[in-house]
Amino acid sequence: MANLLLAELVNKVQLKSDIYKFSVKAPEIVKEAKPGNFIEIRVSEQTEPFLRRPISIYNLDKENGILEFIFQVKGKGTSILAKKQIGDKIDIIGPLGYGTFKTEGYKNIAIIGGGIGVFPLYELSKNAKEDNIKVNTYLGFRNKENVVLEEEFNKVSDKLIITTDDGTYKEKGFAINFLAEDIEKEKIDAIFACGPLPMLKAVQKLSIEKQIPCQISLEEKMACGLGACLGCAVKTAQSPKEAPEYVHVCKIGPVFNAIDVEI
Amino acid sequence: MNTKINFAGIEMKNPVTVASGTFGYGREYSQFFDLSKLGGIITKGTSLKPRNGNKPPRVCETASGVLNSIGLQNPGVEYFAENDLPFLRKFDTAIIVNACGSSIEEYVELCKILNTLDIDGVELNLSCPNVKEGCMAFGNTYDGVERVTSEVRKVLDKPLIVKLTPNVTDIASIAKAVEDAGADAVSLINTLLGMKIDIYKKKPVLSNNTGGLSGPAIKPIAVRMVYQVAQAVNIPILGMGGIINGEDAIEFMLAGAAAVSIGAGNFINPYISVSTVIGIENYMKEQNIDDIKDIIGKVKMN
Repeated sequence: MANLLLAELVNKVQLKSDIYKFSVKAPEIVKEAKPGNFIEIRVSEQTEPFLRRPISIYNLDKENGILEFIFQVKGKGTSILAKKQIGDKIDIIGPLGYGTFKTEGYKNIAIIGGGIGVFPLYELSKNAKEDNIKVNTYLGFRNKENVVLEEEFNKVSDKLIITTDDGTYKEKGFAINFLAEDIEKEKIDAIFACGPLPMLKAVQKLSIEKQIPCQISLEEKMACGLGACLGCAVKTAQSPKEAPEYVHVCKIGPVFNAIDVEI
Repeated sequence: MNTKINFAGIEMKNPVTVASGTFGYGREYSQFFDLSKLGGIITKGTSLKPRNGNKPPRVCETASGVLNSIGLQNPGVEYFAENDLPFLRKFDTAIIVNACGSSIEEYVELCKILNTLDIDGVELNLSCPNVKEGCMAFGNTYDGVERVTSEVRKVLDKPLIVKLTPNVTDIASIAKAVEDAGADAVSLINTLLGMKIDIYKKKPVLSNNTGGLSGPAIKPIAVRMVYQVAQAVNIPILGMGGIINGEDAIEFMLAGAAAVSIGAGNFINPYISVSTVIGIENYMKEQNIDDIKDIIGKVKMN
């Protein structure tokens, strides 16, 4: 069940020149949220910008009712959000999405993320580790300057591989290639992914070839975030091209079984 | 203070309804408030058979508004009757089904079924700009509107509201066609046809290229059209287009709307319809107006 809150900003950390981590007091949301859920933020009381911004949840501090999210400043909405000060109230609806990351029954999971897509994977990784699941994490970034949260993911992973496209930091190449090499070696029994579309497509292909269950978190342009407007459509894998059928990111997703969607 | 109205034969406890396509079939918003607080709910556009809708991206934000091209994705009337109507009926509010079709035959078949259901009225969708056949193709000519409305009227005993497109030269004459064909009310405006271009990809943002514009950006156009239609017809008007608070709703009522719908506003604040009801009541208190009916059409033109 979603709640609308005016959540107090209790901590604000600038991780990069354009990336911020916000911690807000949102016990009603934290209590119900699961790894993979997202929130929608109304950045202004005015009608400009008009729509809420869907943002993934980074970390849930269940004990203190603190919700953390990380976002990149990309346009009008996120620029306004980035200017909020500690003590300000932020208009948040959440938790949203019914499709969340589910790790029950797995023993050796692979978590793969790219760029700003790594944020929603942290809560998943943390929970899996607490459940004594072996977590192998593969995070890909464009270059050294873009690498974020290495230390944080290191704490919640049994194995952490960081890659950069240009080799300016740690492993050179794409994270997917390192995951592919490890699948048999590490006896990976499920894959969890979030990141840019080309990466998700490659992960989807790999999981189908290797017949390993795979859950991917998707995004699509969204208006209500609640399942009413039917804006955030994704084509189902089972439906034919001539008569495409759609499911919705905010309703069935944002986390889907990779075999169920065409991306 | 009386906020009750009888809209084209439909009893409403207040003049605030939620607009088709912005409120699903009510479930999503029922987690935020008791839907019985609304005068009425207009359902998602519902067709005879299920429709899959358009390819994404289907929505994009614009200045104080949103462009959409959902393409009437809906589960079909049979599914609605079995799964959504029983849920909606738990609430003490008027249930109006937005009906869409691709041909006159389809509209008629659909309305025959709707006539047998436990609903309070039908809003005939002759104005969706996002599908190739039907809808706006009928809604933008006098003859098209007159034909569909009169055929549907023959099979529908329930209150019939016809939703008009603003994408016409003279909306008042279209409204007159609706009245002449026997409809009980008109609702307006549906979305305005618009387009947004991604200047880096040099392509429209929406997969369907164009979409319907809604939100506060369109409100002045909607108010003007409600006023024009109010001068042309004697049937009641359900006014909509960018309403986000009580003041906006009052504006539409002064222009001639007997009731209003909240559309895109639901996306930014799920409580917006109930806060609009409170806003209307506050205005009435402040202005010493005892009966909501005393606002309708009371604008004094310069």
